[in-house]
Amino acid sequence: MVLNVANTVKWMTLVNEKIQENKEYLTELDQAIGDGDHGINMARGFQEVEVKITATDYDNVSDLLKDVSMTLLSKVGGAAGPLYGTAFLKLSMEVKGSETLDFPKFKSGLQEALAGIKQRGKAEKNEKTLVDVWEPLVDYLNSQDSFNAADFESAAKEAMEATKDLEATKGRAAYLRERSIGHLDPGSVSSFYIFSSLAEVLKEGD
Amino acid sequence: MKKIINDPNLVVRDMLDGFVAAYPREVRLLPGTTVIARVDAPAANKVGLVSGGGSGHEPAHAGYVGEGMLDAAVAGEVFTSPTPDQVLEGIKAVDAGEGVLLVIKNYTGDVMNFDMAAELAEAEGIRVEQVIVNDDVAVEDSSFTTGRRGIAGTVFVHKLAGAKAEAGGTLAEVKAVAEKTIKNVRSIGMAITPCTVPAAGTPSFTLEENEMEIGIGIHGEPGIERKAITSAEDIAGELTEKVLDDLKLESESEVAVMVNGLGGTPEMELYIVNKKVNEILTNRGIRIYDTFVGEYMTSLEMAGISVTLLKLDDELKELLDAKSKAPAFRR
Repeated sequence: MVLNVANTVKWMTLVNEKIQENKEYLTELDQAIGDGDHGINMARGFQEVEVKITATDYDNVSDLLKDVSMTLLSKVGGAAGPLYGTAFLKLSMEVKGSETLDFPKFKSGLQEALAGIKQRGKAEKNEKTLVDVWEPLVDYLNSQDSFNAADFESAAKEAMEATKDLEATKGRAAYLRERSIGHLDPGSVSSFYIFSSLAEVLKEGD
Repeated sequence: MKKIINDPNLVVRDMLDGFVAAYPREVRLLPGTTVIARVDAPAANKVGLVSGGGSGHEPAHAGYVGEGMLDAAVAGEVFTSPTPDQVLEGIKAVDAGEGVLLVIKNYTGDVMNFDMAAELAEAEGIRVEQVIVNDDVAVEDSSFTTGRRGIAGTVFVHKLAGAKAEAGGTLAEVKAVAEKTIKNVRSIGMAITPCTVPAAGTPSFTLEENEMEIGIGIHGEPGIERKAITSAEDIAGELTEKVLDDLKLESESEVAVMVNGLGGTPEMELYIVNKKVNEILTNRGIRIYDTFVGEYMTSLEMAGISVTLLKLDDELKELLDAKSKAPAFRR
């Protein structure tokens, strides 16, 4: 795999497309166990991401990812803004100055992004948060020597679906305790869109 | 959805413009932001007090900006925490060199966004301290979860910490007053109808015609129990008892009472509830120092109420009585 400026722009554009398409769905998921603003906030944030990065010329992927981070931080709000903002910030810092990302760099970047999410949200695995998608994916990538888009997407999907059976102990869904079981975690679903978009963009490139 | 708005995506901006148009002597809107600041910010030789949160809780939080209370309130989208860059603008606008205290309601998003803003402000050389309000006894306070939510009791934190800052308290002293207030304030809410976030267009939950939900959050988060609606006396009794169980007041304690409407409750009903709250406290030998009945921390058009009790001592009484020019809490 190689992530360059062109396919990273495509990646973010596709994320925005999926988020806009599923805005109501994300909001419904959040109304069930949260405060019902996830779809609205993510749609606003990624819309701005697309506007920002398609209007800017980048020399390298790390600057592009930093702009993604800053846009999400200032446009999303709620819990998702700081979490996704931190994730993309840590990813861009880990690969600072890189024109393109190869598989080892992408792996270490994602590892740092996960660490950032866990620190910002004070969350661990199995608390029914987006950590439950990011951590299994980082573990999966660390077990691989090369990137396989289809397997990466199924790993993301499996992790996202597994949040349904978890009882929330972080975030607003935690107030529901066992009543949170049986619902997908909205943040894990939006994380899935981010990773499935990446898989689709890299599949096209094969 | 039936609402008196122009565009669901512009409700916050439109509201803030209308708010400053109503109170130009007290507040101003920082250009290009969603920050309402005291008209004279940064007020000289005084600790700055910044709060804020999602919109939809009016008059919170902008209504509590003014001499004697907050120096700035940062508005997020409806029911959504404001972003770190906006909170940072608020901090910078009110810092007069004495430091800034952030009053945050305990929600995951608010805590994270304000925390990031505090880090950014400290990087710019501003001293920042934070307190987190968690007065809602409907939610169990446990280290295994996010902990209790912050609701109407936050208004007392704004008032008392604001009075301390106005009186020239240091950052540590203002923070100590805020923490003492948080330790002594408890609330709980209930609702009979839901509310609709303008950009969502549909109610965030549903209640049957004869149902009520006890312990509901100010964003419509589920409460403790959903059951058939009863009388105002029963509701007031249940809420007051739940607060008293947690606050553990001795006879002869002095309290401030707040009976808060959630946005769609007639004032008449608030007074009917207050009658019973007053009776219960009086029968227990608890002295009511002051009572606040009205809309202080709403949840859009939700019909419902919350009851807040604040245990007072001499210091807190004096701060409660101090002058305030905030539009929604004039003293």
